[in-house]
Amino acid sequence: MTGCVSDHPLIPRFPRTGAAALGFAPLLPLNLATGRLATSLARRHPGLFERLGDQAAKNFVIDPTDMPFVFRLAPRPEAPQLRAVRRESAGAWDARVAGPLAALIGLVHGAYDGDALFFSRDLVIEGDTAAVLALRNAIDNEELDLVEEASALFGPLALLAARPASRLAALVGGLTGVALTRRSGGSFA
Amino acid sequence: MTQGRFELTVGPLLFNWPAERLADFYARIADEAPVDRVVIGESVCSKREPFHTDCTEAAIERLERAGKKVVLASLTLVTLERERRAARAMFAPAEGEDGAREVDIDDLTLLGFVPAGGGFSVGPMVNVYGEATLGFLARHGARRVCLPPELPFASVAVLGRAAAELGVGLELFAYGRMPLAISGRCYHARVHGLSKDSCQFVCEQDPDGLPVRTSDGTDFLAINGVQTLSYKYANLVGDLDRLAGAGVTSLRLSPHSGDFVAVTQAFARAAAGEIAPREALRQVQAAAPEAAFTNGFLFGDCGAAALPAA
Amino acid sequence: MTLELVCPAGTPAALRAAIEAGAHAVYCGFNDETNARNFPGLNFSRAEMADAIGYAHRHDAKVLIAINTFPRAGGLELWTRAVDDAASMQTDAVILADLGLLDYAARTHPALRLHVSVQAAAANADAIGFYARSFGVRRVVLPRVLTVQEIAAINRDIDVETEVFIFGGLCVMAEGRCSLSSYACGNSPNMNGACSPASQVEYREEGGDLVSRLGGFAIDRVKAGAAAPYPTLCKGSFEAGAYRGHVFEDPVSLDAAALIPQLAAAGVTALKIEGRQRSRAYTQAVVRNFRRALDAHAAGRPIAAGELRALTEGQQTTSGAYSKTWR
Repeated sequence: MTGCVSDHPLIPRFPRTGAAALGFAPLLPLNLATGRLATSLARRHPGLFERLGDQAAKNFVIDPTDMPFVFRLAPRPEAPQLRAVRRESAGAWDARVAGPLAALIGLVHGAYDGDALFFSRDLVIEGDTAAVLALRNAIDNEELDLVEEASALFGPLALLAARPASRLAALVGGLTGVALTRRSGGSFA
Repeated sequence: MTQGRFELTVGPLLFNWPAERLADFYARIADEAPVDRVVIGESVCSKREPFHTDCTEAAIERLERAGKKVVLASLTLVTLERERRAARAMFAPAEGEDGAREVDIDDLTLLGFVPAGGGFSVGPMVNVYGEATLGFLARHGARRVCLPPELPFASVAVLGRAAAELGVGLELFAYGRMPLAISGRCYHARVHGLSKDSCQFVCEQDPDGLPVRTSDGTDFLAINGVQTLSYKYANLVGDLDRLAGAGVTSLRLSPHSGDFVAVTQAFARAAAGEIAPREALRQVQAAAPEAAFTNGFLFGDCGAAALPAA
Repeated sequence: MTLELVCPAGTPAALRAAIEAGAHAVYCGFNDETNARNFPGLNFSRAEMADAIGYAHRHDAKVLIAINTFPRAGGLELWTRAVDDAASMQTDAVILADLGLLDYAARTHPALRLHVSVQAAAANADAIGFYARSFGVRRVVLPRVLTVQEIAAINRDIDVETEVFIFGGLCVMAEGRCSLSSYACGNSPNMNGACSPASQVEYREEGGDLVSRLGGFAIDRVKAGAAAPYPTLCKGSFEAGAYRGHVFEDPVSLDAAALIPQLAAAGVTALKIEGRQRSRAYTQAVVRNFRRALDAHAAGRPIAAGELRALTEGQQTTSGAYSKTWR
């Protein structure tokens, strides 16, 4: 558990003006997307939930600290749930992971090392450390690419959707420094 | 001199006591302690050895005259050339004697030196967790095995049955600060700002080890040169019925300052069924008023768990 | 002769990442208490292991399966089954620590290559000779208590291969001979395959400090905002007499990259990277850099100093027991 890699000189923060604008936006459209993403993940990556074992019964709050909302994750293999909620109404949780959106996405994409982020306090963990570790390990093994996952939501239209999606990702990435796809993700050494 | 259900073994003195203190200690053990067997010699740090050679020889003679069985302690971590030579020499008979004394093997290095058919005992820093390993050691001539302190009671019970079938004595670390780890690094030297090679034998300042506290003042561990011990003392004197039922045949009592002879006497009385567990605990506490006791590895959630009231 | 680079993999993805990055061999374990990194969400199912071995062999890499905890009394079958399965999967070697299990493996699977785990703490030529004679072991992973000179002396006296740790987490105690974790929280590396397990870890703000606890014992206390180490017992900050600080070891990790030439000259066969519990990002970065360093050494080029510095940026490292002053 010791030993450290840290070659992420600075984790980009989501621009405040953008975040403030999002603060007034309704969460419903986002929730439609996250809900479908969770269902799609369960179908496309059953190994992710198997790997969680007993920890799949836990409730997680994923808190992108530079955004005006948090995600509630209940990774039940049968019916996983991912919902965006306002920070103040996050409710009860077993484990909470907080950090800039870019760090959280970088973790999912395997661009950043969780231990290194944690040691440097870019990532803050509260509550059930074992549950967080299991989630981290399970996600790390799936080699997820969020743009691919988003594209997959369009089903048979995935191929058509992939290109505009990655263009959009590149645009957002360029504007914010937050890599939304693994291909253009943070390079390691 | 068997004490009813258990034999009593005095473990090797783990701490660096001055030669006179060591001589006095073993003189009292020889004359007054109701124990069957005494493991004697340096097991922690080979740098301490030269200071004790003469007085250990004398103590062995005195213990044997008093009818105690003497077993030679061995180093827990053997790395240096001279340590390897010394370990090998332990199995050679001393001049003018027919056979060598029994050796308490506390590092598997020594297993390769055991002469064919030669009996030995096994100390608590050898990893005996399961019956296959116990069987392997028995086939190689182990007569008695002192289990690692961290074993839970369920494992002890399984090993007790296996030991009975194998004809091996099963010993538990029943009293004293428990050896938890051994290192190449000397922590006594480190906390005194010294190097191991020029340690000035600062471990001599702490006859029961130097307590290690957490940053909020909770007593936690104790350091003893290259060894790390529990802060709490193992004390199984209140658990002898359960241990006998599990097939434990022998109890190892690890020397400490204070009235250690009184500790051995309390264990002997409890082993013989002369006093009840509650009274035995009271007598042991009276003999070591400063010590905090635990049986947590065997019966609790962790090794540091508080001893339940008897 | 080229040194063999032995790399960690906690997941199949990490195994692929390690091999892509140039690992000669990868070590990993089954997803149960038979291996010393039994952490939640980590390790390989039987099917994943079989696939991983196939993948590795197609890429000319080896898979070494660590079955290096000590079988629980009455539960031996879990461990013997792990050895049997490893043998049937054509693994390149199993890494074992327990005497009884080594004995079983040697008798039951005479063709299976056996490595002695670091958890067996075979710290001298006599101990290694004993394992070689008794079980026909082919390689010993040396405990992290030896200097380079001592390693050279050992290699002169034995005729099996040696493997040493080069990078990653650092045990301060002789491996496999430490019960600090079970003393504090009941889970031990030897029995449960986990030192200072996450399930027993707690972080709490206390008066402006962030305090990390293990089994209720305060292990570390840092000012809010400072780097927060994982509460590994032997790297904690304690009090002993008048001393305040890291009684056992500073929160450092091992980096012996600079010693690669000396370790090669000392007759070492393989260099091992610690960290099966780390992410595949870590694995890939460390493996790639070490492979580059080994290739440079094999070609007679100096190992570029900057090459590995990126991996430890901002973190303290030590060459550990390899230098005598560490003791």
